Amino acid sequence: MFGYTLRRIIYTAPVLLGVAVVCFALVHISPGDPLISILPADASVDLQNRLRVLYGFDRSYPEQFILWLGRALQGDLGTSIATGRPVTTEVMRAVANTLMLAAVATFIGFVLGCFFGFVAGYFSNSPLDKAASAAAVFGVSVPHYWLGMVLVIIFSAQLGWLPAAGAGPGGSSQWKFDMVHLSYMVLPALTMSVIPMGIIARTVRALVAEILAQEFVIGLRARGLSEFGVFLHVVKNAAPTALAVMGVQLGYLLGGSILIETVFSWPGTGMLLNSAIFQRDLPLLQGTILVLALFFVVLNLAVDVLQSALDPRIKR
Amino acid sequence: MADISLTQLQPLDAVRSAGYWQNVGARLVRDKTAMAAAAVLLLLVLAAIFAPLVAPLDPLDGRLTNRLKPIGTEGHLLGTDELGRDMLSRLIWGGRLSLLMGVTPVVLAFIIGSAVGIIAGYAGGWTNTIIMRTIDVFYAFPSVLLAVALSGALGAGLGNALLSLTVVFIPPIARVAESVTTRLRSSDFIEAARASGADALTIVRVHVLGNVLGPIFVYATSLIAVSMILASGLSFLGLGVRPPSPEWGLMLNTLRTAIYVQPWVAALPGAMIFMVSISFNMLSDGLRSAMEVRQ
Repeated sequence: MFGYTLRRIIYTAPVLLGVAVVCFALVHISPGDPLISILPADASVDLQNRLRVLYGFDRSYPEQFILWLGRALQGDLGTSIATGRPVTTEVMRAVANTLMLAAVATFIGFVLGCFFGFVAGYFSNSPLDKAASAAAVFGVSVPHYWLGMVLVIIFSAQLGWLPAAGAGPGGSSQWKFDMVHLSYMVLPALTMSVIPMGIIARTVRALVAEILAQEFVIGLRARGLSEFGVFLHVVKNAAPTALAVMGVQLGYLLGGSILIETVFSWPGTGMLLNSAIFQRDLPLLQGTILVLALFFVVLNLAVDVLQSALDPRIKR
Repeated sequence: MADISLTQLQPLDAVRSAGYWQNVGARLVRDKTAMAAAAVLLLLVLAAIFAPLVAPLDPLDGRLTNRLKPIGTEGHLLGTDELGRDMLSRLIWGGRLSLLMGVTPVVLAFIIGSAVGIIAGYAGGWTNTIIMRTIDVFYAFPSVLLAVALSGALGAGLGNALLSLTVVFIPPIARVAESVTTRLRSSDFIEAARASGADALTIVRVHVLGNVLGPIFVYATSLIAVSMILASGLSFLGLGVRPPSPEWGLMLNTLRTAIYVQPWVAALPGAMIFMVSISFNMLSDGLRSAMEVRQ
């Protein structure tokens, strides 16, 4: 167990280095002078050169990379060009909002996905299975930004039950756990939950069908165990994989929330990325993507380790 | 029993069984869901190709006095958009760019990804390690994030969006190609081919490709569903096609402001993306069971 964890962590190190290289490269594949958005239009050549030296753009790429990585490891991701605040501060505040939304969405998706998956797996090839499988296909096929729009049309524009955008009244970004703030979360969280719902339903359906076909289930039934007792055994066998899929999905939602956050003006990393892209705020773009990718890698690592702890059959 | 006549031992070449692909085709044709999905896709593709003949009006021509008419308006079957352009015509024309943006990255990634995966799988050793570890790095980014990051850094535009999406889809395809090739490499018939003097290129061309392309093809059709959503998503964010070109994601974006005026007209482009995406998913499911490919 310890050996496996250690091995898995060592395998992750080169991936993290690669992630850093990709994030570093993002600024340099970007067309035009990286200083263009902070330089005044009539900047003298002398000023341009001084700034270039100041930001380290006069050095070679490997040198720049090592300097950048060194600062990033100390938690310094540079300064946002648009706001002048440290990128780390901006990203962390946004990550908290995104994480909250993604966690709620993953939870909803997990509950619904398990329900549909169990129903479909238990009654495979019945009309119930067909309906549950259709829900799963819907979940993986629907453009989630469009689903968000449709939900806004129905519940905000037509019925007026729920707010359409933002994370609180008056566009405030100060989150509080009260009914008013929670009502702002309902639509984005529901929209977002559709993706993990579909994937978890598919996984659980396949798992349940596979487990039910195994001989130990026949054995349990032959010994006169109640249907509920058998069900508990199925749950126990399906849980590690289902939980692992849930963990990975949380990571996907953290990074994939940009479109949904744009639809609902949710003040998270997606909104931050959106503004970074359109203001050509490259340090902010780079920092946000680096933090999100790190979250994703670490989450996948945690899921792998936890899964092998939960399920001793997995030996890799 | 010694007088078994030779006629009984003659080869039965008269009743040759149908080929593999014939079987797959026959199974697929019996799959009603897959056939319905294929029909929908065929219809949309034909409508997009023959847009100038099919579309009732000019997709770029609109009058502001005629803006945001509801579905079912006289002369505008599906209403008009925020600039008074005919929605039906724009949806038909929009299929061109949207389908192109959704399918092209997967086709390019299919070619590049399978080549990379087969090379990694067949070469093995260090080549494999280097290629596959590089690919692992791209797995560290959720696909939406990678697509947005790349096209955000490269700047808005159709070409950059296609490039970003291609990069997003190469790693998953390469992974499937690599795992199938690695499994094949140690199989007896490849061993036999190598022993009888076939060089690497011949083995890959004759024996590996035929076995690898099937599974990847099925996988790629399901990736098109994802690609449609992502490509239109990039346009929705303003990173893909530029206005006034009709494209479903961009139309969805510009019509967002109209959801309080003409909500169902505003939702139409997204319904088109959904229809294409779900059709590709159903077709891919049908193909998978017809080919008995296991994931």
